Amino acid sequence: MSGKETQEDGLRIGVFICDCGSNIAGHLDCSAVTAYAATLPGVVYAKENLYTCSEAGIDEIQKGIKEHKLNRVVVASCSPRTHQPLFQNSCAAAQLNPYLFEMANIRDQCSWVHMQERENATQKAKDLVRMAVSKAAFLEPQQDIEASLNPRVLVIGGGVAGLSAAGSLADMGLDVVLVEREPEPGGLLRQINRLSPYGEKASDRVAEMTASVASRPNVTVYLGSRVEEVGGYIGNFEITIRPEGGDALREKVGCIVAATGAVPLKPEGLYGYDAKRVITQIELEERLLKGPMDARRVVMIQCVGARCAEREYCSRICCQIAVKNARLIREQDPEAQVHILYRDMQMYGTENEQMLWDARGEGVRFDVFSPDQPPVVKEDRVQFFRQLTGETMDIPCDLVVLSTPLIPSEGAQALSQLLRVPVDQNGFFLEAHAKLRPLDFATDGIFVCGSARYPANVEEAVSQGLGASSRIATILFKDKLITSAIVADIDPETCVGCMGCMEMCPYEAISYVPEENICTVNTVLCKGCGCCAAACPSHSASLKGFKPEQLLSQIRAI
Amino acid sequence: MLDVGRHPHIDLMAYSEVEAVGGQSGDFKVTVRRKARYVEEDRCTGCGACKEKCPTVLPDAFNEGLGTRKAIYSWFAQGIPSTHTIDPAHCRQLNGKKCGICQKVCQAEAINFDQKDRMVELEVGAIIAATGYTVFDPSQIPEYQYREIPNVITAIEFERLLSASGPTGGHLHRPSDLMVEAEIAALKKDVNKSEKVLSKYEEKYDEPSSAFYEAYQKGEYQGDADRAKWAERYEAHLGLAGPLERLKKEAEGFDVAKRLAFIQCVGSRDFRFYPFCSGFCCMHSIKEAIIANEHERETTSVVFGMDIRAVGKGFEEYKVRGGNQSGISYIRGRVAEITEGPGRNPVVTYEDTRERKVASREFDLVILATACAPGHGVGRLAEILGIELNRFGFFKTGTSQPLDTTRPGIFACGCAHGPMDIPESVAQASGAAARAAQVVTAAGLRKAS
Repeated sequence: MSGKETQEDGLRIGVFICDCGSNIAGHLDCSAVTAYAATLPGVVYAKENLYTCSEAGIDEIQKGIKEHKLNRVVVASCSPRTHQPLFQNSCAAAQLNPYLFEMANIRDQCSWVHMQERENATQKAKDLVRMAVSKAAFLEPQQDIEASLNPRVLVIGGGVAGLSAAGSLADMGLDVVLVEREPEPGGLLRQINRLSPYGEKASDRVAEMTASVASRPNVTVYLGSRVEEVGGYIGNFEITIRPEGGDALREKVGCIVAATGAVPLKPEGLYGYDAKRVITQIELEERLLKGPMDARRVVMIQCVGARCAEREYCSRICCQIAVKNARLIREQDPEAQVHILYRDMQMYGTENEQMLWDARGEGVRFDVFSPDQPPVVKEDRVQFFRQLTGETMDIPCDLVVLSTPLIPSEGAQALSQLLRVPVDQNGFFLEAHAKLRPLDFATDGIFVCGSARYPANVEEAVSQGLGASSRIATILFKDKLITSAIVADIDPETCVGCMGCMEMCPYEAISYVPEENICTVNTVLCKGCGCCAAACPSHSASLKGFKPEQLLSQIRAI
Repeated sequence: MLDVGRHPHIDLMAYSEVEAVGGQSGDFKVTVRRKARYVEEDRCTGCGACKEKCPTVLPDAFNEGLGTRKAIYSWFAQGIPSTHTIDPAHCRQLNGKKCGICQKVCQAEAINFDQKDRMVELEVGAIIAATGYTVFDPSQIPEYQYREIPNVITAIEFERLLSASGPTGGHLHRPSDLMVEAEIAALKKDVNKSEKVLSKYEEKYDEPSSAFYEAYQKGEYQGDADRAKWAERYEAHLGLAGPLERLKKEAEGFDVAKRLAFIQCVGSRDFRFYPFCSGFCCMHSIKEAIIANEHERETTSVVFGMDIRAVGKGFEEYKVRGGNQSGISYIRGRVAEITEGPGRNPVVTYEDTRERKVASREFDLVILATACAPGHGVGRLAEILGIELNRFGFFKTGTSQPLDTTRPGIFACGCAHGPMDIPESVAQASGAAARAAQVVTAAGLRKAS
């Protein structure tokens, strides 16, 4: 059905109404909506399709653009979430700027929710179409934003996660800059004796990973160095690195990995900790590294300084460490007695649980204690209330080993400020989405892996290092960064530099320009959420594609 | 899922299986069987008109058999690709009966009863096996009587009951009650039918059936064949109406399940079945208990477990919060037995190791946290891929390269690698993609642009 020939302001809007088989047409009168659309101001063409998303439907849109010289396209169909990209691309293929496309959802938000009310649903669909057409009249052509990408990556932290990420990135052909605070790479693993479940020497693993990273020509390693400044954004970060006692170095990278690990808590004041007769698991590792110990009766206490009021979280890997070390003690001295006091044995998965069963079979003793009645460390024994039998029990011992949680490494907080990424209530880096984006930050181009995110064992840290590298590859394998043109814009003429927008921006995309006393948007970082536009008291900030006149015309059309 | 569905560099082959793998790392030749859907994927718009009209009703596997689907179906509403499939085992047309209704109603002309399985040859540099796991069948544990007691269900069945788009719209109706309601519906249908028949007689003889039957029983109408049939029909009717009234009365007392028991380690940490810990079940039980409580604030839950393994980021806090705010209590112990008590209520017998006592407790619904068993067919797939399984039945992987299988160029991630939760799976998947990309890059196959 074709409508009027021309409009005085040159608007030529085409409206395509989708039946979606019976999904829309079964519950409202699509033909009536189409006839109505043709009467709306600016509309020169209106067409009903059985399926607008089918090949035939797309052909109709492209034919319409050509034959009727359409300069705006409105599709009234389903959800923009699923179909807007398809329709926009179809417009672009027919030489119409894809930002001159508008969509009305007359299925999910109309026919599906008003199935028993055909007349009302038809009326509502007309309203929705009228709103979309009103907005379409105010749409402006936009260009996608392009930015250059530097195919070079900064990895902060040379522990097992960082080494894994660095090696993997290098293998994918990207240049890597690895910065490690300590004079040697390896992180926490350097203090570890052996790895579970097979008893491999930790030092061998460190040596293997370090050598493998060092051998790659496209990896630059800065040991004994710190990241001092981070500027720029995805694709073009500018980094200042300060070697211990040396001059600052400049590096330019496209992406960053935070792999700063974690450190074991020193349990000062807990269970009589003295680093001699009452030690931590990491101190035990160091003793085991040195050779056979003299202690023959060992008690281990789990959850020391964890799962309590001041530190609520479970540190995930301490139970594995305790069981591994209990078995190693007995391997060195089969006569040694090891007793593990625990709250829950967190031996998740296949090998861990197997290790628990093996330890039990070999004679390591396990007993549950309640956090209400924690064990008491005495001169030559540990006293605890054994829930299972309801008796207080004494375990004579010459060494007490406390399993303490991993806590964020010193400097994690400062680094989070440098990178402008958040940490959680425990001080670990906070990922973009706990389930679906565990290695990403909300800020583009920055990633996290290993115990910097949350305590992880070696296998997990290696996997996460690989994972972070692949997240980066999805960005840096491309020639340039292309992002949507739907971004914020701040009018420098009217901005008074109050910085209200900066506080609202969740993506650190707005910065203040002191010379001009205004705020400005980094369009590469902007995600188009519109928080700044809502917050701006002088109406200087606006969101492209959602400008006040565009939204108001839509609202006024109701 | 949508992102994968419309990614320009991803060719999604759903309803397909790998049949053979030749070649080597960097240069594999893979044979894929694309199973016949009897629906042309590129024509089907996913509108669903076909399944509305399809006359064959079947249990819906996606809803764990708690709901129904048709012989032409989509696995679930948001599935990718957005297309339909004909179940060849149950389609009338494909089994030689007259039907073809779907073909008539499909305006996109997508139905093709002559479609055959197709073999596709792929050339790829690397392979990632992400075939997931299989839910352990708890009927193998005699003491839990999963098949015998209707109100003992698995966690995945419970998920469907909790789902707003599930068979009960998110209300916790008990399976035993649903069975009674289904019985009532079926009886009502039969009663309506028989009432129609009776009303014809009543019209014909101008007498209510009950009065007639009373007289008939006193010996009137001897030799009247038509009336004898009426009496016979009326007797049959009473045989239906009686039970219907009884069931209706029973159904009046039905309420949603408010006392829930979650049994951990069902098939896991159990030498009869799987010795390992499935890793994620403690958390899904806690999550389900919290959601049930959010849906109906009176709901209380008891989680029976040996250890509550809340080991992920934020998990311990979630567990504690569930206890404080969502009516969850945690009992340390392994459940010994489940029996059925009055009102079809399951009764759980357990040892509370904290209290040092053996006790029995009645619940409205018992939910079994079933083990993460190695995927069905994983043995055959391992043979096809030429890779080994580990002693637990999952794909065997390396120590220094934890995502590498025993054959170069083939990687594993997620629950095919071992039991793990969503964040771990997602992180591993990215890791496996990195390993694959390294192989492809090394093989000189140009970088993706």
